[in-house]
Amino acid sequence: MKRALPAVAVALLSAPAFAQGASPSADLLRTDQEAGRPGGRLVFALRSEPKTLNPVAAVDIPSKEVIGRLTADLIHIDRQTQRTGPALARSWSVSPDGRHYTLELRRGLRFSDGHPFDADDVVFSFGCYLDERNGSPQRDPLIVGGKPVAVRKLDPHRVALDMEQPYAAAERLFDSLAILPRHLLGKAQQEGRLAQAWGLGTSPAEVAGLGPFRLKSYVPGDRLVLERNPYYWKVDHAGRALPYLDEIVFLLVPSEDAQVIRFKAGETDLISRLNAENFGLLAGETTARRYRLEDLGPGLEYTFLFFNLNDLADGKLPAISRKQAWFRQTAFRQAVSAALDREGMVRLVCRGRGTPLSAHVTPGNKIWVNRALPPPAHSPDRARELLARAGFSWKEGALRDGAGAPVEFTIVTNAANAARVQMATIVQDDLRELGMQVQVVPLENRALLDRVFQSHDYEAALMALGSGDVDPTSEMSVWLSSGPTHLWHLGQPQPATPWEKEIDERMRRQLVTLDPQERKRQYDRVQELVAENLPLIPLISPNVLVGARAGLGNFRPAILDHYVLWNADELFWQTSAVPRP
Amino acid sequence: MSARSGPWGALAVLAAVHLAALGAGFLAPYAPTEQNRTLPYAPPTGLRFVDAEGRFHLRPFVYRLVERQGAGGAYDEDRSRPYPVRFFVRGAPDALGASAGGVRLFGVDESARIFLLGTDGFGRDQLSRLLHGAQISLFAGLMAATLSLGVGWLLGTLAGFYGRWIDAALMRSAELFLALPWLYLLFAVRAVLPLSVSPGQAFLLLVLVIGLVDWARPARLFRGVVLSARERNYVLAARGFGASDLYLIRRHIAPQTLGLLLTQAALLVPQYILAEVTLSFLGLGVSEPVPSWGNMLAALQRYHVLASYWWMWAPGLALVPVFLAYFALSEALQVRAGAES
Repeated sequence: MKRALPAVAVALLSAPAFAQGASPSADLLRTDQEAGRPGGRLVFALRSEPKTLNPVAAVDIPSKEVIGRLTADLIHIDRQTQRTGPALARSWSVSPDGRHYTLELRRGLRFSDGHPFDADDVVFSFGCYLDERNGSPQRDPLIVGGKPVAVRKLDPHRVALDMEQPYAAAERLFDSLAILPRHLLGKAQQEGRLAQAWGLGTSPAEVAGLGPFRLKSYVPGDRLVLERNPYYWKVDHAGRALPYLDEIVFLLVPSEDAQVIRFKAGETDLISRLNAENFGLLAGETTARRYRLEDLGPGLEYTFLFFNLNDLADGKLPAISRKQAWFRQTAFRQAVSAALDREGMVRLVCRGRGTPLSAHVTPGNKIWVNRALPPPAHSPDRARELLARAGFSWKEGALRDGAGAPVEFTIVTNAANAARVQMATIVQDDLRELGMQVQVVPLENRALLDRVFQSHDYEAALMALGSGDVDPTSEMSVWLSSGPTHLWHLGQPQPATPWEKEIDERMRRQLVTLDPQERKRQYDRVQELVAENLPLIPLISPNVLVGARAGLGNFRPAILDHYVLWNADELFWQTSAVPRP
Repeated sequence: MSARSGPWGALAVLAAVHLAALGAGFLAPYAPTEQNRTLPYAPPTGLRFVDAEGRFHLRPFVYRLVERQGAGGAYDEDRSRPYPVRFFVRGAPDALGASAGGVRLFGVDESARIFLLGTDGFGRDQLSRLLHGAQISLFAGLMAATLSLGVGWLLGTLAGFYGRWIDAALMRSAELFLALPWLYLLFAVRAVLPLSVSPGQAFLLLVLVIGLVDWARPARLFRGVVLSARERNYVLAARGFGASDLYLIRRHIAPQTLGLLLTQAALLVPQYILAEVTLSFLGLGVSEPVPSWGNMLAALQRYHVLASYWWMWAPGLALVPVFLAYFALSEALQVRAGAES
């Protein structure tokens, strides 16, 4: 009763929106951004071909970029405010102990093929993600307190979610968990072949979602075309149905340099994740009036140097085991950190568009960054002092350890990423002042990952991680000593050091504490421990740099994924710049 | 440089280039690994004779470069103070590349820099890196050519002289070497090598690889010459007089191959220089921070460098006179060999 009234009211108010598509009694979300004009096509370049359109199986970035435009979630994080808001769930309530959620779904919504959407689809979707047969990467975040979350249907428009223990970031769990159509995928899931469904060759008629766009066509090796979803459940504040754009075209353009050239030439309309030099190149062009570039400041990505602290089986890698005697000393890592010229890295690698880091949380994460931490200092003198106190000495300019062996090691990094190789070269030069002999070895990415994760056959490595979300929960796999990306020391049966133990405790505690202040305190302490003990030596965070053709309305890039297309349903072309069809 | 003038013009050019490379420690104003982190991608410093006030100076001078604020990469000259170019300066001694006594041909006073060929992404002087890199690239070519010709000469002569199964065995293995896709092989080899290979070891490895992979082509040429020389009348006569194989090879056969040896040398050296440049460009040769023309050119793989910083092409342009000189030398030697035979 109470539910029906607002639905009808909204339906009456939004009556002008129904040219086609959403049924008259649909419960639509009204946005409050600038109202735009419908029409036009947007072209965006992908760095590699998507591997699948299946939200359950997708792991690579290009697949997720496309899938994100085709699907919708229950609760969505607004990329600009970084806070959660209603999406397919129009409201929800939480039990006092934080373990039970009741979500009220919007009524009258339809998938992009016209089939109605209801609670059965939600229960089905969670079942797919949690099914171990499908091996979905989305499964792990849904295991709370050791047990998978339980989703039940209460009635056709309400679902309940039960968790084993209170989960502080539960609302954020729902973001990007795409709701799947039971009428199209139910059979595949029953037969156990869901993970193979919706590969790239699938015909558009078999793919449906609740996102702003739906699949129109796919030309292998060239482009993927999406068209407007006539059943999309959002309208602008004037009541016009979203999205404005008729089509989005994803072009395959493998290298960043080629993307820059095409963007300059006007062949693509958006460019995302620019590196600083290309940004400078585009900014300096006389045709700069034809597009606008934005520097969004630090994002969530952090680059770091780390040493191999793994337990190496006796005798397998004796040279590295010997050097671990140096790497394990906190004073050694602190000395290395003190000697690094992060400002120089920002200047040379990011052309000034970057931030030096003292811990892993960047200033771009305004809610969670620990502002009390001192900025990193560049102090070779302090480095020398630390080394001297730790028992190192200098002979003929070369640093030697207590036993007289010269300190030398190699840093491996991804050869394809020129910025990382440059940073490693700067590290090499800085450490040479301390008398350390460092060699930079660029490796092919798969070889690098193999050495870091499998064979542990490396001495030091320079890599980067980028959280998907501002919430510390997204960093659990790195900081928990049992985590799969606890890079410097994988596969620990127990925390190897007291400070790792403390980090474990605090990360676990912040996961279940519902009080935001308490969570912040715990995470601040984690950042302090990282800055002091330096399992990863944070270097810099490059700014997020994006660009768009002039005349694109509602272009509001953000530092959360997807930087430029997160609000694809609101983008539109202003009158003077509707591009060629 | 016409063939008629003989090889002397080409030899003079080559001598000059190689002496410049050997004297890099003296000729280069800075150490090749010295970074200037405030001056990445600085354009070549202009040498001036007339200052801001219009006064003429006999001794050329430069202005200090200052990064233009907010323009992300552009530089302005600070015209307040001219820094005269000084000759025979005592450079700061450095573990890599300092010449004896640390004297350098030219330089400017502190806080100004003279970058006659601009700087790279780390603010390292391109001219210094070009001269030091020449040591690697030019001499890798020379040494690899020596190795390749040495092995090729030996095996080709043996195959041609003895014939029969030795010839068959050697020539089949030559064909194997010619058929191998050596570039992919090199990638595979690099992957199994231990992570840390010192620059010296990398250089030797490079020379070995280039030289040994390519012995087959000269070997077949030498075999051909030896085959025909073996049948000459005086050789048969000497054999009839009881000459040993070694005597025949040393006295009669080898001199026939001399002409081929020289012309092949002049042709192969530039090819091997290019091979070294290619391998370092692809990351298989000497690695940072040691410069080689190959890894300097690798910077051009990035579009923004290619489009904006023309001075980074210097190593590629430097290859042109070297190659021209080698080809002219080869041509002159061929003409000579043709005239003599």
